[in-house]
Amino acid sequence: MLFRQKVFTIILSIGLIIVIFELVRGRKLREEYAWLWMLTGVVVFLLAIWRDLLVSITRWIGAELPANTIFFFGVFFLILINLYFSVKISTLTDQIKKLTQRQAILESLVEKPIRGIKKGNNRSGK
Amino acid sequence: MNKKPRVLVIIPAYDEEKSIGRVIKEVQENVSGVDVVVIDDGSRDGTVKVAREAGAKVLCHPVNLGPGAATQTGYKYALRHSYELVVQLDGDGQHDPRSIRDLLNVLENESCDLVIGSRFLGDKGYEPYWIRKIGMSFFAALTSFILRQKITDSTSGFRVLNRKAVDFLANIDYPSDYQDADVITLAHFAGFRIGEVPVIMHEDTSGKSLLGGARFIYYGFKVLLSVIVTLLRKKPSRERGK
Repeated sequence: MLFRQKVFTIILSIGLIIVIFELVRGRKLREEYAWLWMLTGVVVFLLAIWRDLLVSITRWIGAELPANTIFFFGVFFLILINLYFSVKISTLTDQIKKLTQRQAILESLVEKPIRGIKKGNNRSGK
Repeated sequence: MNKKPRVLVIIPAYDEEKSIGRVIKEVQENVSGVDVVVIDDGSRDGTVKVAREAGAKVLCHPVNLGPGAATQTGYKYALRHSYELVVQLDGDGQHDPRSIRDLLNVLENESCDLVIGSRFLGDKGYEPYWIRKIGMSFFAALTSFILRQKITDSTSGFRVLNRKAVDFLANIDYPSDYQDADVITLAHFAGFRIGEVPVIMHEDTSGKSLLGGARFIYYGFKVLLSVIVTLLRKKPSRERGK
C-alpha cells in the first residue's frame, strides 16, 4: 500500500475513533450503540498500520489490492451496523406498540370512575 | 338458567368518522346486550367523538400503530375485563353487523375457538378487484393447505373468538398491520379450532383499502415471510390436548 494511502487511512480511522469517543463522552451516543462503530474504526486502523495482516487477509479473501480489503471491511461493517440497527428498531417498534396499547387500556380505566363513580359498587368487596 | 356469555365487540378504527357511528348503531341494533369498544388508532379526524356519541367505549392509541395492533389492544382490553367472547369487525362499514349472530352461533355450536367471517363462502355479495382477488385466493389456498381445512378468506378482519383464543392472541407478538394467514396459521399450531361462516360484506367505499397499489406487494411478501417463519419456529406452547 502506498505511503499516502496508509497515512490517509490512519488519520481517518483515528478521527473516527475520536469522534465516537467524544459522542459517548458527551452523552450524545449511548455505549450500547457505540461499540460496533468503535470496532469498525479499530479494525480499519489495525489494517492500516499492520501491513502483513492486511496482505495476508487480502490473499486469503482473494482480493487484488490491499486497499480493496480495507474498502471491503469498511462496507461490510456498515452492513453489520445497519442490520444491528434494524434489530434495534424492531425492538423499539415492539416496545412502542406495547406501551401504546397499555396506555390506551389504562387511560380507559382512569376515565371510568370519574364519570360513573358509585358508592357501594366497589368490586373489591370491602 | 342458561347464562348468556359476556360479549365484547371490538372495532379498530383509523379516520372513520364518516362510518363509525353507523357501524356502532347497527351493532347495537343487531346484537343485544353486548359492549362495544372502539380502538381509535390515532385518528386525525373526529372518530373518537363520533364513537363516544354513538355510545361506544373508546380506547385511544396516542400514535398510529396499524389495524393489527389496534385489534390486539381490543383483545387485551377484553382479557382485562374478563369477557368470554370477542367479536371484531372493521370500522369502515365493510362488515355487516347483521352477520354477527351467525358467527357467534357457529362458535358456540361447532365448538370452534376462532370463527372467520368469509366473503367468499356462499353467495353474499361483493367481488374484489382482480389483483386483490388473486392475492386473497393465494393466501386462502396457503392457509387451507397448512390447516388441512378449507379456508376461503384468510384476509377477513371479521372474526369471533372465545376467551382462550383471545388470551393467546393478546399475548403473542401480534402483527401491527395486517392480520392474515400468519395469525390463522399460528392459532392453528397453538391447537385452536378454526371455523368459517359466510358473511355479508360491502364494498369498501372509503377508497383507502389496506391492499391498494404498491402496498399489495409489500403485503404479500410480509405475510408470506411471516407464514414461513411461523412454520419454522417451535410450535407455540399453548398446545391443547389433541
